[in-house]
Amino acid sequence: MIPNVTMASLKDKISTFSFKGILLPVFGILVFILLWQVGASRVHTSLGEFPGPVVVYEQWNSLVAEHQRERVKEDKFYVRQEERIAERQAKDPSYVGTLRDYTGKPTFFDQIFTSLYTVLAGFGLASLIAIPLGILIGLNRSVYSALNPVIQIFKPVSPLAWLPLVTMVVSASYVSDDPLFSKSFLTSMFTVTLCCMWPTLINTAVGVAAVEKDLLNVSKVLRLGWMTHVMKIVIPSAIPLMFTGLRLSLGIAWMVLIAAEMLAQNPGLGKFVWDEFQNGSSNSLGRIMVAVLMIGFIGYLLDRVMLTIQRFVSWDKTQVLR
Amino acid sequence: MATHLDISHISIEFPTPKGPFKALDNVSLKIEKGEFVSLIGHSGCGKSTVLNIVAGLYDATEGGILLDGREVKGPGPERAVVFQNHSLLPWLTSYQNVELAVKQVFRKTKSKKEMHDWIMHNLELVHMTHAADKRPDEISGGMKQRVGIARALAMEPSVLLMDEPFGALDALTRAHLQDSLMEIQKDLNNTVIMITHDVDEAVLLSDRIVMMTNGPEATVGEILHVDLERPRDRLALAKDPRYVDYRTQVLTFLYEKQRKVEPIQAATKSKKTAASAKVANA
Repeated sequence: MIPNVTMASLKDKISTFSFKGILLPVFGILVFILLWQVGASRVHTSLGEFPGPVVVYEQWNSLVAEHQRERVKEDKFYVRQEERIAERQAKDPSYVGTLRDYTGKPTFFDQIFTSLYTVLAGFGLASLIAIPLGILIGLNRSVYSALNPVIQIFKPVSPLAWLPLVTMVVSASYVSDDPLFSKSFLTSMFTVTLCCMWPTLINTAVGVAAVEKDLLNVSKVLRLGWMTHVMKIVIPSAIPLMFTGLRLSLGIAWMVLIAAEMLAQNPGLGKFVWDEFQNGSSNSLGRIMVAVLMIGFIGYLLDRVMLTIQRFVSWDKTQVLR
Repeated sequence: MATHLDISHISIEFPTPKGPFKALDNVSLKIEKGEFVSLIGHSGCGKSTVLNIVAGLYDATEGGILLDGREVKGPGPERAVVFQNHSLLPWLTSYQNVELAVKQVFRKTKSKKEMHDWIMHNLELVHMTHAADKRPDEISGGMKQRVGIARALAMEPSVLLMDEPFGALDALTRAHLQDSLMEIQKDLNNTVIMITHDVDEAVLLSDRIVMMTNGPEATVGEILHVDLERPRDRLALAKDPRYVDYRTQVLTFLYEKQRKVEPIQAATKSKKTAASAKVANA
């Protein structure tokens, strides 16, 4: 009898789980799509109706197709070049051919890729600066007092204000005949770095300053060296707040990047949106909507990735992370 | 023979917005090697402050501490502290917590193998080898305190400082740990200063009980020598007239001579005084 009862309650548990975990979110999305369809058909713009879910789906398919066509073209382009070089080498063995890069229009997916590595580079650089600096500030009240006014002033600055300055500085100082990175990449990256480092910096500093007094006393009684103290006591106890900061930073980095790309016409998803807006065809609004959803989805994925890293790094596996 | 630990005329003042607050006034205490001394007094009387000064976590405003004839400056592993709330690093296992201390103290004098053996030996002393690979949040409060004691013992301290080590534990666990501590003390013959506000604990464990007056400007009130032969057995002692007498002396000091006058409402206050008088007469 008893196994039957537990089986029944287990079934109950599974069904409540799938109800809350799967059915409710699906229901929420369906209601949203319905409202979107109904609402979109009522909004009329100079470029036609506001894109509903069906239009967006069609545009998504066309973007995928465009990408595949472009890839085929690119492959053919390289094959043609290689053939031509081979031909000339057959006639004249001393000839050294150079492969020219394909210069076709970047597709939607190329732009996504550009945005992704730009945001990761900017965020990585920001973390490399913010975490050590945050630890220093948190450990030392004098450093904190000295740097706090500067941090407070630069923290609320919008990316759009930084952008012209960063652009000018990069163009002036990054002069090279064979650049490793394109200037637009550097501009976007530095803008992202400048805007997204603050949450990590501040949260790391707060986390470091909030180490339990008892643990600090342990460190003092043991006469731990500075490095051991930081590695064994300070960083582990600051990790939860550090990650709160990192996740906020990554979210800001992603938002800032799209804005910076739009304004500066730097390659990436932001430029895609702006180009479609300027293009103004009947497909444009639908394509922009695809980009909007994609931006949201990637932002969500980035946060999940950070959460997974936090789960992996955090010593407290019982902590509920969301 | 020179005194092992000489606490000499220490006073301490803390700055407050209303001017300096003198917590301790002219506290002097000489402790011999291997002696077990308890500090007892009402909460807020500065027992912990004395311990923190000996540990080097606070600096005395006046006076100083001599350990084996040398002045003590700043904290150090030769004066290991067992903290009230175990203070284990929650991200390290029991073994790693002890290891951190052992590596710090014996890095230059012991080989890796010797350090490992020494860590295991100290965990063995407190009967915690079975949980060597468990983190603090996976073991009970009593077990955490055991690991805390193992960490302190592993530093081979000249003086072991214990700040209400069993205060946060339930009565049964506390009794168990007190017995363990007496056993370890018998083997190692450490010099120990322990803070407590448990009268039975003080009488059971100590060679001397230092009773402190109420703060501010707290100082040593009376010192009681506990002349009970070791090993001591709590059950046998409970009926021993000498034990009862020592206990009564401490209670008399705490509840008659140094009755804590707290700003509570008149009604509860008179009740409390009656109750404490009863306890004192028991």
